[in-house]
Amino acid sequence: MAGTTVATPRIPARRAPAPRGSRGRNRRFLYWVATHAIAIALALMFLAPLIFMFLTAVMSGNETLSGGLWPRSWHWGNFGTALTTDNGVMLHWLLNTLIYAVLATVFMLVSSIPVAYALARFRFRGRKLAFVLVITTMMLPPQVTIVPMYIMWARFHLTGTLWPLIIPMLFGDAFSIFLLRQFLMTIPKEYADAARVDGCGELRTMLRVILPMARPAIAAVALFQFFYAWNDYFGPLIYTKPESWTLAVGLSTFRAAHHVEWNLTMAATLLTVLPVIIVFFLAQRVFIQGVTLTGVKG
Amino acid sequence: MAAALPVRSVTASRARRRHRLRVLAFMSPWLIGFALFFAYPLAATVYFSFYRYNLFQLTPIGLTNYRFLFKDPYAWQAIKNTLWLVVVMVPLRVLFGLGLAQLLSKIKRGGSILRSIFYLPFLIPPVAATVAFVFVVNPGTGPINGLAAKIGIHLPDWFNDPTWTKPGLTLLALWGIGDVMIILLASLLDVPKSLYEAAAIDGANAWQQFRRITLPTISPVLMFSAVTGVIQTLQYFTQAMVAANASQGNADQAGTTTAPGYPDGASLTFPQTLYNEGFQQFNMGYACVLALVLFVVAMFFTLVLLRQFHAFGDDD
Repeated sequence: MAGTTVATPRIPARRAPAPRGSRGRNRRFLYWVATHAIAIALALMFLAPLIFMFLTAVMSGNETLSGGLWPRSWHWGNFGTALTTDNGVMLHWLLNTLIYAVLATVFMLVSSIPVAYALARFRFRGRKLAFVLVITTMMLPPQVTIVPMYIMWARFHLTGTLWPLIIPMLFGDAFSIFLLRQFLMTIPKEYADAARVDGCGELRTMLRVILPMARPAIAAVALFQFFYAWNDYFGPLIYTKPESWTLAVGLSTFRAAHHVEWNLTMAATLLTVLPVIIVFFLAQRVFIQGVTLTGVKG
Repeated sequence: MAAALPVRSVTASRARRRHRLRVLAFMSPWLIGFALFFAYPLAATVYFSFYRYNLFQLTPIGLTNYRFLFKDPYAWQAIKNTLWLVVVMVPLRVLFGLGLAQLLSKIKRGGSILRSIFYLPFLIPPVAATVAFVFVVNPGTGPINGLAAKIGIHLPDWFNDPTWTKPGLTLLALWGIGDVMIILLASLLDVPKSLYEAAAIDGANAWQQFRRITLPTISPVLMFSAVTGVIQTLQYFTQAMVAANASQGNADQAGTTTAPGYPDGASLTFPQTLYNEGFQQFNMGYACVLALVLFVVAMFFTLVLLRQFHAFGDDD
């Protein structure tokens, strides 16, 4: 599987026939220096916005306007100020975001796992069509159906809350179904057959035998769903009102509300980004395997 | 035998019925979800497109919404902008992602750290990434434009200058290249080593190896990245909207005031006009026409993608 090859350390290609003699060796050395230099330069460029974000977040208000790169004095209190400003509105956004992200993730897992299991394991008429429709709903932009969806939620008097974003997760998420199904297809049929011979029902087979083996894929979809909700802007923008704003929508208003106080805006931005960075470094392998699973064969 | 047959077929049909019920039970969340949150709203989109509707009053107006599409300057501006992004941003992202993946595939020590660094910006919440990016390249106080000015390079006023807004958004999209890069890196590492060794023995140089071995092998994945890139770009919304608001300092969460797509309509994407029409002006009928345009175009690319899945041999 492609996902695992990424994670394993690469073996130096010692056997690649090199041009002989010192000229060849020099050329290879220069090539080595060039690739590493380019890669490191690019890595610095990729990190630069994050570094500047951090440096600006700890500057004083005036200093951000002077265009200085390095803070003359370090104002760690900016993070606290960003959190507590406007009666702690950011903490309120954080709470809303967590409600959205946690419930959406739990609901998605409960509803999507059985569907993915059925698509991967059962043979039935219309299975292929169902899979094609899953991919189609996964690919189509959410804006295509947003108008009637909004009207529907307005009739239920649920606009202005996070529920229009959470409730649909009880009914399967196309991307998660797709990714889980791709993974479940790779588990040999024999395991399920053995369980069945031992008298396990289909539900028990799924819960006791197959799901423990699918843990990496389940972890991946859970993380993706959590981050999708954490990052989602379009959904909360449509449905929520200021009391139910999430971090993403709130943050987009932060700069305007705090005008020239770029230090506070950057502190708030960094606080939004930080959990993502921490979780990414803790669960890197899960992420990268998950992404690869979506892109390469079934 | 005549007596045994009916018994057997009864058990067989009971087993079949149990199987059908089981399939139905496992599939039911998705079946309900598909009907309620996809099929119904899609049909309703078609229905509302023949009406004037502002959440209170529903008036049938025939094809007026469709006719208006051809006269709506915002819609055409948005189509042009979205097309620009599809034509420029998508190919650049695939090329840059391939370049980075190729570079990473050559690096043995420290490769995993570099890979994480290149992947990380993709995970940053788009709103946060955009606000931060608008700040660091802001010409007055932004560190990057400031740094460039010190060494004598005058970078443009990215998000306040209509000509540079879309290139600025493209730069932002290249920063978040992680998804494309990881998929391409995986496919590069999947190319059998023996192919390169054989080619090297035959005297093929690096370019020839890339052209004749790497490209043909990874071309399905390249295609996949390009097509999904197009579909993602059709729904490009958050970054354009947030960049416009952050650089303008607009107090409203959305581009409610004045003309949408600051500066001068340069950042107005197609989903954004849909949002403005439907959820700012409450022309919900007309917004449905825009949604249908989006549906037709996105559906075309989705069909291309589905054929690709076929090519991956997904029909067991």
